[in-house]
Amino acid sequence: MYRYDGYDATMLEERVAQFRDQTNRYLEGKLSDAEFLPLRLQNGLYVQRLAPMLRIAVPYGMLSSRQLRKLAFISSHYDKGYGHFTTRQNIQFNWPALENVPELLAHLAEVEMHAIQTSGNCIRNTTTDQFAGVAIDEIEDSRPYCEIIRQWSTFHPEFAYLPRKFKIAVCGTQEDHAATQVHDIGVYLRKNDNGETGFQILAGGGLGRTPVIGQVVFDFIHRHDLLTALEAILRVYNREGRRDNKYKARIKILVRETGLDAFCEKVQHEWEQLRGGSLTLTDAEIERCKSYFQAPAYKPLEASPESLRTALAKDVLFASWYSNNVTAHKRSGYAAVAISFKKTGYAPGDVTEEQLNALADLADRFSFGEVRVTHAQNVILADVEESELYKLYQQLAADSLETANLNKLNDIICCPGGDFCALANAKSIPIAESIQRQFDDRELLADIGEVSLNISGCMNACGHHHVGNIGVLGVDKKGEEFYQVSIGGSSKREAKLGRILGPSFAQSEIPAVVADLITVYREQRLDHEKFIDTVDRIGVEPFKKRVYEKEQ
Amino acid sequence: MAILINTTEKIPDHWTLIQSASGPDVFSALRGRNALLPLELFLSDEEEAAAQFSAIGVWLDSHQNLDKLEDRLSSLPIIALNFPVFSDGRAYSLARRLRRDLGYTGEIRAIGDVLRDQLCFLERCGFDSFALRSDQDPDDCLEAFKDFSTSYTATAVNDTPLFRRRG
Repeated sequence: MYRYDGYDATMLEERVAQFRDQTNRYLEGKLSDAEFLPLRLQNGLYVQRLAPMLRIAVPYGMLSSRQLRKLAFISSHYDKGYGHFTTRQNIQFNWPALENVPELLAHLAEVEMHAIQTSGNCIRNTTTDQFAGVAIDEIEDSRPYCEIIRQWSTFHPEFAYLPRKFKIAVCGTQEDHAATQVHDIGVYLRKNDNGETGFQILAGGGLGRTPVIGQVVFDFIHRHDLLTALEAILRVYNREGRRDNKYKARIKILVRETGLDAFCEKVQHEWEQLRGGSLTLTDAEIERCKSYFQAPAYKPLEASPESLRTALAKDVLFASWYSNNVTAHKRSGYAAVAISFKKTGYAPGDVTEEQLNALADLADRFSFGEVRVTHAQNVILADVEESELYKLYQQLAADSLETANLNKLNDIICCPGGDFCALANAKSIPIAESIQRQFDDRELLADIGEVSLNISGCMNACGHHHVGNIGVLGVDKKGEEFYQVSIGGSSKREAKLGRILGPSFAQSEIPAVVADLITVYREQRLDHEKFIDTVDRIGVEPFKKRVYEKEQ
Repeated sequence: MAILINTTEKIPDHWTLIQSASGPDVFSALRGRNALLPLELFLSDEEEAAAQFSAIGVWLDSHQNLDKLEDRLSSLPIIALNFPVFSDGRAYSLARRLRRDLGYTGEIRAIGDVLRDQLCFLERCGFDSFALRSDQDPDDCLEAFKDFSTSYTATAVNDTPLFRRRG
């Protein structure tokens, strides 16, 4: 993974010192709340329902065992012994006291971590596929380009006070695991006819109140033009994005109100000024960044070794875990393993101090000392020898981390919701739990197969409910918490927004509603059709009918 | 009265800011001074203003653009960009356009809600003078330019992005 040199380290130290000074001035009353607000947000610090919440950046989801141990230390010294993985592949802590945050940031800096631009109206953490570098369907590893974007966007002086937050995702694989099309900018790696790497760039995607799928602004640009193209889009957005209404301030509204063609024209005009200038990338820089993401020291190994086959045959729980949580690897004899943080009874994405330490040990023992946090709030060990999978599984079971439910109905993406978040209209964690309790039968879940279920506690859509195959949105009706249900959403290549079924439901009704949806699917599916494909084929009506028929 | 600084020290202010609604009576009252005219006044009354004032600069509000100024930049010793509120980031892009794309070499001044914690990035976007909001401590503010010793991306302070400087 990327390692800091003297420049990176110096800038990070300077940032910690700057924030320490800003916090001191705030505590001394020299900075008003309004003036301190963007400063603390650009360091990931929110003031929440119970205490401040600090969001720590995990650039494109990569964490080393050393960093995991530091996060464990932070969870025990500054929090109540746990953290929370977010849908931006970051980790956040819910309890650190404001006056301790500068010191906490200094600890993070020791392991090349920070909370820079994890909130606020600036360019946020760039996200990507959790299988980057190991996916069998990869065009090229996206992480070097994510790192290039990270450096360009970090402390970019022109874009610290954008109309609204700005999120970029990069996808280097055929199948999209990064929800690329619902980002302010989505970047797809591509090869042209000459085999040269370049990018397709989408803009104007996003979720929140007005969910939109991004549209193509550059169909193909040369790899050297990545930063000039991004800067051109950001420049147009910073100048022309709406600032009169925060709900209309995202780039998706600008693209819609300007019209795609006119927007593209403006971007082209800016790009002409920038193209060929000093921001043009060099092969030397691309190679330098690639050098940090070289394949680790893989051994020459045979695929599906006998020891694995034997273990799968004799241990049915291991076999279930294997079929759920293990993904093919581009290298023979290796596999990518997902560790689920969606155990029933625990808030989705929550991770304890002990688990952070356990992850560090697992990474060191089985996967070259690194893990990746996923957009779906789980953790990946990307480079596990297949012959070690059974040992790994046994260790996971000993650590209570063997939940076998990747991409299943109970692998729920969920925001912290009304239990923690000041913005939420409704709770989301108890909804997730009630659904998980309803669907706790391993064989039933296997039969249902791949379904994404996303829950957001409010319109801000941190749980990405619009792109869940099943989406649940908390709404406030005269002070009471209700839940709107949609189906048919997808964040993959063929990204789609879910369609709302109809009137919202009380919290207690949700498990039964989900059960109805699943029943209709199981009655109607053809062969190996996935839930999403059945919805696409038969439409929303049969589902709607079943769900509301019962009510009357 | 706003205190004016550049990136190293307090400096005297040689310019008088003319508000948007000002008419001929204001012109004559300020006769002989160096005037910072609002964009629309500059565009409509440049000749008359030239006769009244000893020198003319222009100031723009954050929603205005540079289109009509582009071919007249060489005659302007100063352009001021207003921050109606410090969190309105549009003028950062205006300054970048002036400095980098249009090659403007005159003074670019930040006016309005200009606070300590924005100064470092303002400098990097091409601003070189800063009319501080009246409650700001100028000595404190001068420290802000030292917040960061370098930057990743290309800036007005150093147009070579870090990736071209790393050895």
